[in-house]
Amino acid sequence: MSAIAVDRPVFRQTDLHYGGAVDHAGAGRACDGVVPQAASARLSVRGLRVQIAGGVDVVSDVSFDVAAGRIVGLVGESGSGKTTVASALLGHVRHGARIVEGRIEVAGTDLLSLPESALRAVRGRVVAHVAQDPATTLNPLLRIGTHMHEVLEVHEPALGRREREARILEVFAEVGLPAESGFLKRFPHQLSGGQQQRVLLAQAFVLKPQLIVLDEPTTALDVSTQAKVLTTIRTLCGQHGVAAVYVSHDLAVVRELVDDVIVLYAGRIVEAAPLTALFAAPAHPYSQGLLAAIPDVAERRALQPIPGQAPAPGTRPAGCAFAPRCPLRSDACAMQVPGLVRVGAQQRAACLRLDAGPAFRIEPAGAARAVVRSSGDALLEVAQIDAWYGERQVLHNVALSLDAGECVAVVGESGSGKTTLARALAGLGEHANGTVRYRGKALSLRARERSPDVRHQIQYIFQNPYRALNPRHTVGDTLITAVRHFFAVDRAEARRRAEAVLARVSLQPTLLDAYPRELSGGERQRVAIARALVCEPQLLICDEITSALDVSVQATILALLRELQAGGLSILFVTHDLGVVRALADRVVVLRDGRVVEHGAVDDVLDHPFAAYTRQLVDHSPSLIERAQRPDKAPRIVRYAR
Amino acid sequence: MTTLSIGPQHLLPQLRRTAAALRARAPAWLPWFIGRLLSGVGVVLVISFIVFGATQALPSDPARMILGPEAPEHTIETLRRQLGLDRPLVLQYVDWAGQVVSGNLGRSIDSNVPVAELMAGRFANSLTLTLAVAAVAFPLALVLGIALALRRDSLFDRAVLSSVVLFKAVPGFVIGICLVMIFSTSVFNILPAASLLDPALPAWRQPQYLILPTATLALSVATYLLRLVRASMIEAMDSEYVTAARLRGVPERRIIWRHAVPNALIPAIQGVAMTFRVLFGGAVLAEVIFSYPGIGNTLNAAIEMRDLPLIQGIVLVVTVGVVAINLAADLITVLLTPRLRTATRIRARSPGLRNAASLWRTGKSWRVSV
Repeated sequence: MSAIAVDRPVFRQTDLHYGGAVDHAGAGRACDGVVPQAASARLSVRGLRVQIAGGVDVVSDVSFDVAAGRIVGLVGESGSGKTTVASALLGHVRHGARIVEGRIEVAGTDLLSLPESALRAVRGRVVAHVAQDPATTLNPLLRIGTHMHEVLEVHEPALGRREREARILEVFAEVGLPAESGFLKRFPHQLSGGQQQRVLLAQAFVLKPQLIVLDEPTTALDVSTQAKVLTTIRTLCGQHGVAAVYVSHDLAVVRELVDDVIVLYAGRIVEAAPLTALFAAPAHPYSQGLLAAIPDVAERRALQPIPGQAPAPGTRPAGCAFAPRCPLRSDACAMQVPGLVRVGAQQRAACLRLDAGPAFRIEPAGAARAVVRSSGDALLEVAQIDAWYGERQVLHNVALSLDAGECVAVVGESGSGKTTLARALAGLGEHANGTVRYRGKALSLRARERSPDVRHQIQYIFQNPYRALNPRHTVGDTLITAVRHFFAVDRAEARRRAEAVLARVSLQPTLLDAYPRELSGGERQRVAIARALVCEPQLLICDEITSALDVSVQATILALLRELQAGGLSILFVTHDLGVVRALADRVVVLRDGRVVEHGAVDDVLDHPFAAYTRQLVDHSPSLIERAQRPDKAPRIVRYAR
Repeated sequence: MTTLSIGPQHLLPQLRRTAAALRARAPAWLPWFIGRLLSGVGVVLVISFIVFGATQALPSDPARMILGPEAPEHTIETLRRQLGLDRPLVLQYVDWAGQVVSGNLGRSIDSNVPVAELMAGRFANSLTLTLAVAAVAFPLALVLGIALALRRDSLFDRAVLSSVVLFKAVPGFVIGICLVMIFSTSVFNILPAASLLDPALPAWRQPQYLILPTATLALSVATYLLRLVRASMIEAMDSEYVTAARLRGVPERRIIWRHAVPNALIPAIQGVAMTFRVLFGGAVLAEVIFSYPGIGNTLNAAIEMRDLPLIQGIVLVVTVGVVAINLAADLITVLLTPRLRTATRIRARSPGLRNAASLWRTGKSWRVSV
């Protein structure tokens, strides 16, 4: 059993304390917290267990404390239960789920013992929540002002309209929104993503809550906007002395913001530690694996994928849920669920094999391959491409080149035209024109006009593996159709080739008869890659193919791409993630508003950005390495900027 | 202000500025609406061609229909001349269209009463029936749809949904006949089986004749609307803005009425419009079953009698009505959706219609493109 003493839920009637500094009852309790307990834990979670229908645990035995003014990062991959924990902190679970056990105290009030009406009074006022996607979290029919007024109308009915408006404008100024009445009349769709997220922050902070729960609030934003929003969150939490729980799948983002980190795996806490301790010496094999799997903008790493995939609720193994993926597992791991044990001053981990040494190690890879540019033999030579979306020009005179066996990354924020460029090169662009040469011959921007011989050599992989495969076709159908489309082979030969290509992407040949719905996201993306490979391509165009995947899965896909590239394949990789660029690409092209602002060898561009925009992107990219600790890089000599 | 001293090279930017200023003042959706209006007029025009052509193409001769099979050939010829049926088609159309525009729809061949006069009474009856059905079906579908959505997957929800499917599957005339058997003939004898309205009185003064046709039609149209409202309400309640409002401590009642219902009702506008289209176009079956003197019944009789002017008049008015209903539904949808209202360019011809169709079929919303 766990090392934490799990309090059985004791439902006691507590008076509700609103606002102000509440000297609460929980202060004196022996709180064997996970996160270093302060004398005044603002939030205290004990033995939280959430189940879905059928008595299946989504979250088991989660306990931690958060002190006022501190920010705790709750980190985990999809299916880890992090969002469930986040909403449970407001006494809310999604349709079909149930909190069966546990105790959640905020400023001394046990939320789970409150009746519905009292709980409602707590939500928004004592505990605030900021959701992931601001575009869908704001009601499209209501003006920003209506959204803001509603919070105050509900929780501070005594305030008059003028007083409310004054409060709203005050908090708008704090979160960095224009403090004007005119702004309140706007509708959500008239705001940028960053502004929408700031409105959500304003809604959360306007009542000066005791605790704020942020559920991946920056995932939908560009890196630059994300960096600014993170700064705002940090400032506000500091100013108001709010305790905050920041939920994220991204350790690099968390590193920019939080004081303590809790790592969740399969619904349990596997490690809890102060930020610096976790990054300096992760104790749990899963934490080590996560850190080793994250591509970093500041340093090229040999990314180490964690084998296997996270178990879904209901299929979690007995004993340690991570054991099947853990290189250090022993027989004992499958027998019992390890409890959290102290490994450092304030660090705890739930592992039986803590002494067996690190399971995964961050290993810097060597420098990028030397960029040898011999003129005239580029595989793909884009002299210039222009493209339009409606009447708006989205690509302006974009030029780039790609050698055989090279990986070129195209980076930019949303709206930079990077996907338009990828689609145009794949021959999917509808309103693009330009001069492109492939193997020295002119290449049409319409796939229809390309010869079948060229068409099979240039293959495209889509961003979302959940939508890229026909749900009614088995993996075999998908692959065999592609083979027989390009090559005159009989069915048996096509099947043989399909099996061979599955082996190349490390999938079992038995998956030929599986439907996409039976596969995980990572497996689907492998099938999508296999579909491209089976056409025997020379050039793979990858459009953000890892952005829908968890980091540990992303690492396996990136490893696969590197392997393919070593085998002579050329890759054009479109992404917004500079860490991925560093891990994978040889050269990089930076796009902004449809124009190339900089291009060159990856290490040159990322270590010594030439354009101000690139520098800003690099600076705003979350990194696990302290800026001061970054190794001095040789000055940039080779430069391909125009 | 343009003055004469400004040369033509200055005129164009000036004009552009004026146009921009006008655009800034006019609502953003106006160009879309004008386009829709013009295409509506086009539809009416095309339908008028088709109607005129189709009625001419009917196999038998109206003159012979009026005079009967035994009439001598020369009498028929005389009548054809009197009716103008021997003139070239184009002339007949231009003549007819000119008359229509000036409000004269001609005289019924069958009864020799002006078509406008004949239609006025029948349309009034149909309109009364339509409004009665709307007054029953819309609140029923709305309230029940929202109630079901809020009790999703409960026993109540499943029971009502199953019976809705039943009503949907049973043809309208079967419902009508069952109601007649229950309330007029076999079981109770409390309502008239046939709606023999007194032509001297408006229909709404004779409610006893309205009840059964209204009930029959309401039962068949409410099912469609009910499913639509339920699906869009469920989608609204599942949306993230509703979850977010809950997590801000907004009371459930306020969430339902301020957040979910307004969002759920926008797709329902298209459902309401479709119901109006069906009813206004003449609920032929119900009118025939109950001998209700509405427009559907009249059109039916006019076709049987080959009463050309009457057919043309009815179809034309129905067309104008349907076009107007569609236009109104689309305009209301655009006005109630801030995203569309403020859009500089609305790409979809009828935003909201696909959304409603998708919701009804699958329970999932279709992204409205702007």
